[in-house]
Amino acid sequence: MTGRRRKAAALNPLLRDVAGLAAIVAVAVAGYWLFPDNLALLTRIIAMALLVVSLDLVTGYCGVATLGHAALFGAGAYAAGIGAVHFGVTDPVAMVAVGLVAGALAGLVAGVVMLRGRGLGQLVLSIAIVYLFHEAANKASRWTGGSDGLAGIAPDPLLGLFGFDLWGRTAYVFGVVLLVVVVALLRVLVRSPFGMLCRGIRQDPVRVAAMGASVDAALVRMFAISGAVAGVGGALNAVSTQVVGLDSLSFTTSAEALVMLVLGGAGSLYGGLVGALAFMWFEDFVSSVNPFHWLTVVGALLIAVVLFAPAGLYGTAARLLGRLGAWLGARLGARR
Amino acid sequence: MSAVFSVAGLNKAFGGLTVAGDISLSLAAGDRVALIGPNGAGKTTFVNLVTGHLAPDSGRVALGGDDITGLGPTRRVRAGLVRTFQVTRLFDDMTPREHVALAVLQRTGRGGRLVGAFEAMDDVAAEADALLDSLGLAEVAGRPAGEIAYGQRRLLEIALALALKPRVLLLDEPAAGVPQADTPRIEAALAGLPPELAVLMIEHDMDLVFRFARRVVVLAAGRIVFDGPPADVAADARVREAYLGNYAHGRGSA
Repeated sequence: MTGRRRKAAALNPLLRDVAGLAAIVAVAVAGYWLFPDNLALLTRIIAMALLVVSLDLVTGYCGVATLGHAALFGAGAYAAGIGAVHFGVTDPVAMVAVGLVAGALAGLVAGVVMLRGRGLGQLVLSIAIVYLFHEAANKASRWTGGSDGLAGIAPDPLLGLFGFDLWGRTAYVFGVVLLVVVVALLRVLVRSPFGMLCRGIRQDPVRVAAMGASVDAALVRMFAISGAVAGVGGALNAVSTQVVGLDSLSFTTSAEALVMLVLGGAGSLYGGLVGALAFMWFEDFVSSVNPFHWLTVVGALLIAVVLFAPAGLYGTAARLLGRLGAWLGARLGARR
Repeated sequence: MSAVFSVAGLNKAFGGLTVAGDISLSLAAGDRVALIGPNGAGKTTFVNLVTGHLAPDSGRVALGGDDITGLGPTRRVRAGLVRTFQVTRLFDDMTPREHVALAVLQRTGRGGRLVGAFEAMDDVAAEADALLDSLGLAEVAGRPAGEIAYGQRRLLEIALALALKPRVLLLDEPAAGVPQADTPRIEAALAGLPPELAVLMIEHDMDLVFRFARRVVVLAAGRIVFDGPPADVAADARVREAYLGNYAHGRGSA
């Protein structure tokens, strides 16, 4: 293969990423015009989507299942909130930066602890981590507001120009920009040598070690990166809702994030976005139509997806589109 | 010639069972050595002791004159001691080109880079393509490894090892499970290994052993019972005893 053809081959995934980012922006714009009264929900979906994407990095790409990932999200949310309330760091971009750093540190801790175990033991360790984070936030009520939540977060206008309004327009646009930037950076990451190494670890860590690469070092690094992403999501939640509650680092949130990832499809980043959007929109829609049986409907949907579309909504759709493309290509090729 | 790889007085026992008894062996650059022995002779244990997956009770392993007994498996690989697996271990979702590129990136210290795809790194992509081409894997280089034929998967195992540019290569039954029609391709790949590379091959297929090896080491009950040229191995009394037990004496006296 010549150098030029190789470059052309490398261009193809780049085009797909640009298309993916364009799709995110298109959906975000559509959401803005279609549901102008529901921007708070849409912003919450974006924050959750960041958590699910961050979970995808360790679970979908590295193959490490965790039920404690909200600890990283909550660490970012509380750090941004505490910074704003107690230390006067109220610039929204700075709050996100604080959340990013805190999330990365929490990810580092979670990674180092979880990699001590394997398989089921690892899963139990992840649950222990989220319980410990939850309990720490509950007990340190002087800093965190305990079970009442941390209130009084008043972010400055974004870039000194756009105040956080009652309708949540600024928060929504801020969230969309954060999401696009994060997904763009992560697409670069997953195609990098490090991203390829992580995909290798998911499929066969023994083989990766036999190549002279350190599996644990790579995983801890990915946990830190994942924590940074989750921390950004947490900080976005703190900025947009202006309050941080204990539910942001709960076991329930962790488990729901995993459910969203499976629903959308692990290992592509886009699947996590689709899963978060589908699950939270569906939850909101069904619970408003029937507040008594919505959990039943959500449960039934999940069973249907796992049974009939095990690759998730996005994964299955991508596979069908790929088959359609191959079929069309074959037909066109035959005609020529 | 000085030894590029040596083990000296390697001992390992599980409970009362000696699985490696005072094993000493050395390889010079360019050596082609086959390690054979009946089932349960301790070949797998020996591989694990050498690669660092098992710690010996006593004895030492040296690579290029440096003692590597205290190093873990990953560090030994980086030092130039590379193995292939008896049961193919590949990333089924990834293409052969990605496999080899990953190995090249590890070797050249770029495996941890967070930006840039290997397709855009001309040296990596060119080296991967050249290596795959030399092993006859060029036409499947872009297909997921889970979809290629078993013989090609075995060749990819060898390609991965070579991409790490080892000084010493441990081939763990390279032809295991390969259909008869494909063994010539494996043999051709083995014949094309870099001449200066020291190779230790564990193999059951005696035809392959006799064509490949210039020296044969026989392991029985955790001990080396023979170390010499292939021509002498079949006539050796201790080897016959190891493989045939008492039948060896029976035939000898008849």
